[in-house]
Formats: sequence, structure tokens, C-alpha cells
Amino acid sequence: MNMPHNNITKTLIEKFPADVIESHEAYGDTTVIVKKGRITDILRFLKEEIQPSFEMLIDLCGVDYLQWKDSARFEVVYHLLSLKTHDRVRVRAPLSEEDPTIDSVSPLWKAADWYEREVFDMFGIIFHRHPNLKRILMFEGFEGHPLRKDYPAEKRQQIPTAEIDLLHLSLQNRHFSETDHLPTRSMILNIGPSHPAMHGALRYQVELDGETIHRAVAEIGYLHRAFEKHSESSTYTQVIPYTDRLNYLSSMMNNVGFAHAVEKILGVEIPPRAKMIRVIVCELSRIMDHLVCLAAAFVDLGALTNFWYFFDAREKIYDCTEKLAGARLTTNYTRIGGVWRDISPDIITGIHKAFKVLDKAILDVSRLLERNRIFIDRTRNVGIISKEDAVSYGYTGPCLRACGVPYDIRKDQPYYDYDRFDFDVPVGSRGDVNDRLMVRFEEMRQSAKIIQQALTRLPPGPIMIEDPKIALPAKSNVYGSIEGLMNHFMIVTQGICPPKGEVYSATEAANGELGFYIVSDGGPRPYRVRCRPPCFPLTASSERLVEGGMIADLIAIVGSLNIVVGELDR
Amino acid sequence: MGLDNLLAGNAITLKLKEAVAWARKYSLWPMPYGTACCAIEFMGVVAPYFDISRFGAELVRFSPRQSDLLMVMGTINYKQAPILKRIYDQMCHPKWVIAMGACATSGGFYNNYSVLQGIDEIVPVDVYIPGCPPRPEGILNALVKLQEKITQEARKDV
Repeated sequence: MNMPHNNITKTLIEKFPADVIESHEAYGDTTVIVKKGRITDILRFLKEEIQPSFEMLIDLCGVDYLQWKDSARFEVVYHLLSLKTHDRVRVRAPLSEEDPTIDSVSPLWKAADWYEREVFDMFGIIFHRHPNLKRILMFEGFEGHPLRKDYPAEKRQQIPTAEIDLLHLSLQNRHFSETDHLPTRSMILNIGPSHPAMHGALRYQVELDGETIHRAVAEIGYLHRAFEKHSESSTYTQVIPYTDRLNYLSSMMNNVGFAHAVEKILGVEIPPRAKMIRVIVCELSRIMDHLVCLAAAFVDLGALTNFWYFFDAREKIYDCTEKLAGARLTTNYTRIGGVWRDISPDIITGIHKAFKVLDKAILDVSRLLERNRIFIDRTRNVGIISKEDAVSYGYTGPCLRACGVPYDIRKDQPYYDYDRFDFDVPVGSRGDVNDRLMVRFEEMRQSAKIIQQALTRLPPGPIMIEDPKIALPAKSNVYGSIEGLMNHFMIVTQGICPPKGEVYSATEAANGELGFYIVSDGGPRPYRVRCRPPCFPLTASSERLVEGGMIADLIAIVGSLNIVVGELDR
Repeated sequence: MGLDNLLAGNAITLKLKEAVAWARKYSLWPMPYGTACCAIEFMGVVAPYFDISRFGAELVRFSPRQSDLLMVMGTINYKQAPILKRIYDQMCHPKWVIAMGACATSGGFYNNYSVLQGIDEIVPVDVYIPGCPPRPEGILNALVKLQEKITQEARKDV
């Protein structure tokens, strides 16, 4: 056994001497490897008894170590977060190939329910005492588990004809308590995936008592595009275009999140100018994301005019991203070790112009809505989630802050010198639809404030690091010198090779904590990339949020959660 | 001849089919089947700056029974495919299909176990739009192409 590195591991080893296999600290992450037998006890201890307590299950994922020697076949990885001290700990539980089973931690955290279903779906790991262990992303009848290393990435399976029956009832499969039955006959209503308020590919089945929703089941996986499987066969640089399409409303932010994780495992620090540019594009993306989220939510509520106002502002920001990266939506702008192109004075003028339009749009829309009787009636005290539930579900971002928890990674674990900016973190008090929407309004103003500060103190200097093993050389070097040409050739053909290890990095995306867990085997391709999508826990909670409300409330609630299916299903 | 002289300057004569096609092509009612990134660009086309209503196709209907143009915007995977087929089957004739973006056209760079490699495996497609995602101008161009196609179809079958 290794020496304990800090108090957490020390206490854990004292408490569970027979169960902790190993503990270490690498890349700033604390890792504890434990035997699977008492996983629930260990995690309960971390959640409830240890100080500081880790009250949040931020992520739960699986890894298949088929190609690693001296390693158990599977591993279930838990990432915990303490909201008080913002410490993080990673707990790994190895599972053998013969017995890929482990106890479910869903009694501890509500978030575990869907996470464990995903691990079951993708890896075939069985969670004992899980209330509803069935596939979540793939369809019923799919054979095999796609993220296992021995499942070929291109092995396609036709959907069984039984699935074509859209009235196929998933409500039957959800676990309900005995008291959950209705005195009268209920009606089953299917909403989505092709429904204007379902934002693309989300589906609910609700059991109605009159117009009141008695029970609801969310079905996802209609936009599963195998991001994680693709990442395993791409070089680190090639993964970046895929990250664009996770949360396509704010693609630059996803790039930055992934590059941040790879830079963490490489141990490189990007130049100050690149950092500042990343802050600018991240905040621009946050504004763009909130604009679409709010515009779409208002359309769903029947307030179409606001959509036109907001999209006008978004169009102006598109002009800036287009000048910066050559594309409007999927920009592929960030590079590992910096950014692709420098920000020009022309773009800075463009951003200032866009802000004028944005200010006007925010003002116009707030005037139309803030004291609008219909809007208030439909959003206030609708879809309330308590602080405790939100934490248990793993909420992050604007939705968590709407419940009154001021957790923002930019403030609490600052990266890219966010602590040097003057901005506020808006919080709500009731945790209802109205709060979730209004928090986003204020966040747009704060993001604009950050960008303005960043533009005034944009330092001169390079926008890429100068490590020939990581950064592509400038084009003039590639065409002008033999070293440049060889350097370019080596990076393009061989890729970037981080050291063997694992890293979890979190950035504050528009929807909440966007985490990337990367396992590297020292080669040019990541062994495993896990994306922790911010809206996965939000969607998991939506089933319970809509129960007891009307059908019209469901529309308002889904709109306020900002479910982006690209990152939800990956 | 006499009739033509009488109407000169006040009316035009043409085949009924062509007249109907002329009316149809300037009042396409799209059913936006948006699943992914492309749908966000479609929002841009509907919004004031690009303004799809200049081409008579701004009245989006989310009910397949009220629309005659199915616009598939975004990735279609095997779980989604039967639903898309059903939506197409529910639309009344005449109907047209636009496949927007690389994913709907060919699966794009998602060549994997989950993604359908082009919607033309399950529904007939009239116009494909390249791009990932296509620019709004691309969508407008596809609309114009479809309008030309509707005119030509009416002229072709006598």
C-alpha cells in the first residue's frame, strides 16, 4: 500500500484498512482504489461522515481495461465533490471480467440512477439493487455493450421491429411504489421526440389524470452519436471537432473544456494571451448558449417575439466568431496548447457592436416579460426543486444557482485567471422555472462584463505554446524550413502523446460543470474519454420535476433546464 | 386566338398543373425535423436576418399532416430512424424531403454503430445540403432548388 497523501485518504485507510487497495495523487487529483465489496459503505462514509463531506456525486463512469496487462477488466469510477471546500476525490473500484457486478449507490445519490444505467448500457456492468437497470442510450434489443473494447465501432444493428411501435410503454418498466396508483382510469400521453418543445430528440411518456401529470418517464438516446467511442480511435487533436458537437449552442466552450483536460495531463501552461482569448470565447459562448436557451423557452411558452429579438443579437455574435474562426456554429477553434487564430482589432470592434445589440435585446425582452402576468403565472412556483434534491441529483451551473447554491467553478476553483475578473454569480431563491430563466438573464450581463474587462487587458504575446511535441508550427515555418515541415509532419502523423495516467478536469460551461475524464496509456490516442455532460443530471431529475404539474408546466420546465441533446446523449 | 387577344395584358394562360405547381412552390410548409446542430442554423434561417419568409416557406408546422416539406436537420441514429419514417409516412402527397447537413446526407463523420449513414436509406430525398452545419444561405439555396424541381416536375408529366 502506498503512503497516504492527504487527510482524506488517511482517514479512509484508517476506517477501511482491508478495503483500500491503493491511493495516490497525480496531476492534482486524489485517487483511491478500493475493493468493490464495501463500495456503498465507503462512499457513504465519504458523503456523510468525513470532514469535509463529499456531498455531490459529480460523475460515475466505467472503463474497460481489456488491453492493459496486470489490470482487472473493468473499473467503475466515481468522482465526488465537496461543496464546502471544493475538494475532489476519485474512487475507483476494479471489477473482474468473470463477475462484472457491483452494488448500486442509488440509495445515496439520486444522480446515480441514470449514471449507473448508462454504465450498464455501455459496459454491461450489473449494479445490484438498482431500481431500474435497463438500457438508456441504446434501444432495447441491442446486443452487446458498445463501449467495451471488443465491440467494433462500426458494428451496426437494426432496431427490432417491436420498437417501431411508438406506444411501446416504458412507464411499465419504471419502478413505482405501491401507493402510486390512481383511483380512476388514467391516460398515457407520448410527447416527443418529434415535438416542437422537445428540443430535437427527447421523449417523455406521461400518465395523466385529467390534465395533471401523475407519473412521467423520460427516454433519451435519440441523438447518441458515440462521441466516447470515436474519441478512442482519434488522436487528441482529432477529438476537438467532435467536442464542437456536444453542446452545439456553445461549441467553443466544449473545445476549451477538452483542451484544458489534455493540457492538464500534459502538464503545460498556455501563454497569457491564449488564456485571455479563451476567456473571451468562453464567455461569448455562454451568452450565445443562454440566448438560444431563453429564446427557445419563450417560444415554447408562446412568447415568439422574444425569439426574434434574441436571435438578432446572436447573429451579431456569429459575425464575430466567423471572423475569428471561419465558422458560425461549429468553430473548431481551440488547439491543445493555445488557440488557432489571434483576435484582431476588427473583431474587438465587432464584439463591442454586438454588445450594443445584446444590451438592447436583453432590455427589450426583460421589459416584455418581467412583469408580464402570463409569463409570471406560468413560471413562478412551477417545477420547484429544493437545494438538497438539486445537490443529490448532481445539478451544476445556472440550474443549481437558481436553487440558491452559489457554486460556480469560475469562482470556486478558478482557471484561466478567472479570479482576477470582477463579476458576480447570480443566485435564485426559489429554484423554480422563473429563477432558472432569470439567473441566465443576469449571467449574460455578467459575461459581457467579463469580456469587456478581458478586452481591455488583453496581453500581447504568442497564442500557442512553443513545444514542438505539442504545438503545430506556424504555416510560414512549415513551408519555409525543414524543421518546421518535419515538426508538422510528426504531430499530424504521430499525434500528441501525454504520459500514462488519468485526469479529470472541470470547466464551467453554460449549462454547468463540463468535465472530461481522460485515461491515457501513453499513446497518441486517448484510451478512454469520458465526457460529463452538464445536462444529464438535469434531465434525470426532470421526470420527478414534472410530476404533479400540468402538461403545460412540463413544457416550461423542459425549456428552463436547457436540455441540449447533443451533450446529453453524446 | 381570339381568347388570347381578348386577355392580352390582363391574364396569362398555362396548364392547370403548372399553375398548381406555381402556387405550391411559393407556399411550402416545412416540417422541421431538427435533431442536432443543424436545427440551430435553421433557427437562424427563420430569424429576421436571413428570413425564410422571403421564399414563402416560413410557416413551420410541427404536425406532419399539415406540411408538405420534410426538412431533416441533424443526425439520425437507429433509435430515431423508425420515428422519422413514421413522420414521413404520415405526410400527405405531394411531399418533398430536404436532407440538411452531412449527418442527414451520409452520416457525416459519425461512422459508427449508432448512426444511420444517410436518411436516404429510409426516405426518398429531393435536395441534399452539404456542410457541417450548412450556412443559412445553403438552406435558402436548397429551397430555391426545390422550387425549380417542383416547376420541372409539373412540366415533365403531361
